[in-house]
Amino acid sequence: MRAEAKLGLALLLTPLLLWLSLLIIIPHINMLFIALRERVAVATYETSPANFLTFFREPLYMWTFVRTALMSVMATVITLVIAFPVSYYIAKIAKGRRKSGLFLLCLVPFWVSELVRTFGWMILLRETGVVSNVLQYLGLVQGPVEMLYNDAAIMVGLVYTSMLFMVVPLVTTMESLDDAVIEAGYDLGGSGPSILREIIIPHATPGIVSGSIVVFMLSLGNYLTPTMLGGKESLWFTELIYSQFIVRFNWELGAAFGFMLLILSSVIVWGMLRLTGQTLEKTMG
Amino acid sequence: MIPTIPQSRFVRRTYNAYIALFFIYLGLPLLVVAVFAFNDGQFPSLPWEGFTLNWFFGAERPMIGVFNERSILSAIGTSVFVGLSVSALSVAVGLSNAFLFNRYQFRGRGIFYVLMLLPLVVPGIVLGISILVFSSTAANAVWDAVKWDIEVLRPGLVLVVLGQFSFITTIATLVISARLQKFDRTLEDAALNLGATRLTAIRTITIPYLSSALIGAFVVAFLMSFENFNTTLMLVGSDAPLTIAMFDRLKEGSTPLLNAVSLLLMVGSSLLALAMLSFQRKD
Repeated sequence: MRAEAKLGLALLLTPLLLWLSLLIIIPHINMLFIALRERVAVATYETSPANFLTFFREPLYMWTFVRTALMSVMATVITLVIAFPVSYYIAKIAKGRRKSGLFLLCLVPFWVSELVRTFGWMILLRETGVVSNVLQYLGLVQGPVEMLYNDAAIMVGLVYTSMLFMVVPLVTTMESLDDAVIEAGYDLGGSGPSILREIIIPHATPGIVSGSIVVFMLSLGNYLTPTMLGGKESLWFTELIYSQFIVRFNWELGAAFGFMLLILSSVIVWGMLRLTGQTLEKTMG
Repeated sequence: MIPTIPQSRFVRRTYNAYIALFFIYLGLPLLVVAVFAFNDGQFPSLPWEGFTLNWFFGAERPMIGVFNERSILSAIGTSVFVGLSVSALSVAVGLSNAFLFNRYQFRGRGIFYVLMLLPLVVPGIVLGISILVFSSTAANAVWDAVKWDIEVLRPGLVLVVLGQFSFITTIATLVISARLQKFDRTLEDAALNLGATRLTAIRTITIPYLSSALIGAFVVAFLMSFENFNTTLMLVGSDAPLTIAMFDRLKEGSTPLLNAVSLLLMVGSSLLALAMLSFQRKD
């Protein structure tokens, strides 16, 4: 029996180990080695931090990096602010069929690909687009307005694309908050804002954290939305990675960029978990 | 603010208006994509040129419909092939992982569990480039050593499948684990008492119990694979899946053909998701 259990364990461990080592761990270590080498002559390489130094010394790279991080944080905050009242409504105010219907409606846009969603925003926002035409029709503007290819358009797209990943964890955590607790808050003389601050938000913290982590990750790693809605000047860090790899064939520098992105996302995720006393197992698993 | 606590009419109305606005915001982009699929013009934009079904069934230039456009159809075929491969692989490995973490206590279990979750917090584009770099390194090493060119390690469908599999497996594992945790193990013990071997007990009792989760994981994996963009972009070779093919066309400028494809995608994925939900509600 013990031998059988050992065999079972070995059989079940094999796929896990193969998957994690061959597709996750070794490729990342390999990428680090590539990032840490410098081409000194044809097909001769030397270990050096040159690629990382290039990254830190070139203001355009550095600026794009910082900008991507800041805009992703902003997208996360905006998504949270928009999603919170909606999630509260679905979790606590709507009842029965209406509740499950609204929840399902929130999911629908995310069954279609991000490309389709971004395409929708392009049709709405471009110079000949729907919004521009409606504004002209209402007489609010003279002549067509171009609303694509700026930072606001990127932000609209990022928030839209990430909405689901905020709403679902928020609804799930807020559903577990007993109505009686909120009623007790009112009985004890609390007002709307103080109940929100002292009862609802603390209770929803796990949902806020896991939603924010996912939204931040998705924005940071997004390529499609900044390219399509932000145009050529969108300066998104993933575009730098893409151009080093696919356009310029400078894999060493591209790998260094990839590593910087990985470090940034890990630090922010770790910091967020630390700050709120959550663990990865609890928020993701 | 719960229904049992009275609120002023103004607050209630504002709140309801906000919720309504939110759902308009959610639906609007999809609605315009769908509507312009029927525009009888060369561009998916105003002015409205009249209703047509040519972007679906049209057979001659300049309006070649989806069903007559060879390149789009073959891209859909590629996506389906990739999606089925990724789903089958990730459900299989996910099932094995779920049993591993549910049934065994072993040294390093906690670390493995965290490692298993990691692919979710690695940006998709980084997963893509790391696999691209590693497979090329491996292919070059083999070439230098024995002068074999291993085609599957070069960008192409095999790498796309592996790249998507690398993070979708985590999701499959989580979906299946959630169901396995609710399983009452005494049912298996009963089967063992009645003379079944361990494998028979799992095959006849546990797997049927898990079937809804397995189907759910399969469908979710398929949808995620079908709409994946970032990882695929870095690993794609000459056969582009649908999202990449559409992206390439969109860069050159859009015609309502893309709206028609998008509408079909929306209908297809909604049907699939609804079928899954109704199936899961049954048990």
